[in-house]
Amino acid sequence: MVATILFYVFAGLAILGAVMVIANRNPIYSALSLILTLFALAGIYVLLMAHFIAIVHIAVYAGAIMVLFLFVIMLLNIRIEEKAPGAFRYMILIAAPMVVILFYELATVVFKAFSRAPVKQTNVGSVESIGNALFSQYVLPFEVTSVLLIVAMAGAVYLAKRRLNTVKE
Amino acid sequence: MQVPIAHFLILAAILFSLGVLGVVIRRNAIVIFMSIELMLNSVNLTFLAFSNYLQNVEGQVLVFLVMVVAAAEVAVGLAIIVAIFRIRETVHVDDIKLLKW
Amino acid sequence: MSVETLNVIIALVKIILVVYVAMMVTDLILILAERRISAFIQDRLGPNRVGPQGILQPLADGLKFLLKEEVIPNHVDRFLYLLAPAIILTPALMTFAVVPFGDQITTYIAGHLVTIRFQIADLDVGILYIVAIASLGVYGLVVGGYASNNKYSLLGGLRSSAQMISYELPMGLAIISVVMMTGSLRLQDIVVDQFGMWNIIRQPLAAIIFIVAAFAETNRLPFDLPEAEQELVGGYHTEYSSMKFASFFLAEYTNMITASALIVTLFFGGWHVPFLHQANLPVLWEQIIQILAFVIKTGFFLFFFIWVRWTLPRFRYDQLMNLGWKALLPLGLLNIVITAAVMAL
Repeated sequence: MVATILFYVFAGLAILGAVMVIANRNPIYSALSLILTLFALAGIYVLLMAHFIAIVHIAVYAGAIMVLFLFVIMLLNIRIEEKAPGAFRYMILIAAPMVVILFYELATVVFKAFSRAPVKQTNVGSVESIGNALFSQYVLPFEVTSVLLIVAMAGAVYLAKRRLNTVKE
Repeated sequence: MQVPIAHFLILAAILFSLGVLGVVIRRNAIVIFMSIELMLNSVNLTFLAFSNYLQNVEGQVLVFLVMVVAAAEVAVGLAIIVAIFRIRETVHVDDIKLLKW
Repeated sequence: MSVETLNVIIALVKIILVVYVAMMVTDLILILAERRISAFIQDRLGPNRVGPQGILQPLADGLKFLLKEEVIPNHVDRFLYLLAPAIILTPALMTFAVVPFGDQITTYIAGHLVTIRFQIADLDVGILYIVAIASLGVYGLVVGGYASNNKYSLLGGLRSSAQMISYELPMGLAIISVVMMTGSLRLQDIVVDQFGMWNIIRQPLAAIIFIVAAFAETNRLPFDLPEAEQELVGGYHTEYSSMKFASFFLAEYTNMITASALIVTLFFGGWHVPFLHQANLPVLWEQIIQILAFVIKTGFFLFFFIWVRWTLPRFRYDQLMNLGWKALLPLGLLNIVITAAVMAL
């Protein structure tokens, strides 16, 4: 019973945050709304018995990625977004029906297959089981992600550094 | 009473749709990035829901990998946005349509 | 009364006693201690007029904060301006939920045999929870800095976001080496693992890295660049006054308490007292002594925080970044490699 109420509260907060992300003209408000969504999602992950992922989710998304977003928004001092010029202003008139169709497609698939199955109390999301899977069966993908992170880091440093050289020229 | 898995998937579908809408209608590159994060998160939610449904740890492992990819993507993406902003003084995607300047 | 209700009541009592009473009282003591200790370090007397030796000074300060006029400047972003002081206190208080401040006792309450753990929540991802929640402390500063709509505040917010991200990495690496030795993320297990030898002896490098990073994460001197008063007036809280300023102030001290408690738990044996077992004391006395030991150890690190603040000058911003990325991060990685090599042998 408590889990059900919590699910709908968290789901409501997540959707509210998501709507505010795309509706706010001020990027700072968008970023803070996204943080709200991420928190609500962490709560939902806990309801899905994925405790480890929920905590990592907060640490990675709320703790690092969103701080980076806020940092860039404040660094560039981006002001409130102006309305698009010309016909682009009416993009939403086409976009909204398309998105509704997309949602309908996704939802019908879901309802056909999984209308009744409830959440199971399981041990799958524990640190132990994820650790075992990550370092035995999936050790190669895990190592590849570390290469990906190094490449991303080098790329970010290069992009930031190149600009300094052009200033000097 | 337990919440059916379908409701988690519906929530994921709603978040994914909102993410798509954000990518299409917004002009600010940073907000577009945030909408992409929203889509990635809805996919994560789907993975976790299926992981619970199938009692399989692979979903959790994939979520872990998705988070790594998201972090890498944000680092590079924001570096690109900052680099473009310094040259063009804008983050609006429809102002950045030239391939060369 | 059923056992479940009893457990819920015990949990609530623990939350109220530890998070509200103990933390807030410690905050008040710290505010006085900081002023008195700084005065003695600078060869002054410090506030000693309100009550004996100035004991009641924090209460007078608190009263003054409450009675001050609420000023909301016209140029601020109203919603975020009011939100920031609220969100800065939350993570500061939340972190303490998983810190063990004692072992456990088993006793009869209302006819039930109950085990009371001296820890609010025993999560199996405890240390990760702390890393996750501690990283949220930055939002209060960033949001406050942005909402104030003032260039000094904005600079303070920017600095704090960069500083937090930079010092989380060495902090995480230091924690990883401790976790490698323990083989568990549970904080109670980390304490129990140190019964033979405290981690400060087994992991001295990790301890130094963690303590330095903790200073940076709590924005204390020598790393208080987000509020550097000589350069930025007051940094992120330039535009705040009365109780809103007080909540930034309290958050800083609460963060200090949590950081000290963490240093003690991870590296100084937590509530463990060496050779206490040989004394053959009654269980209750043993438990009380352990809790007191935790309090005293934490108190020492709180004093250390204050001591360092009034001893060292502030870092320059580039020095701060160099220390974080070029010194602490490689050292943290080196420490992990050494730990792994030693463990493999």
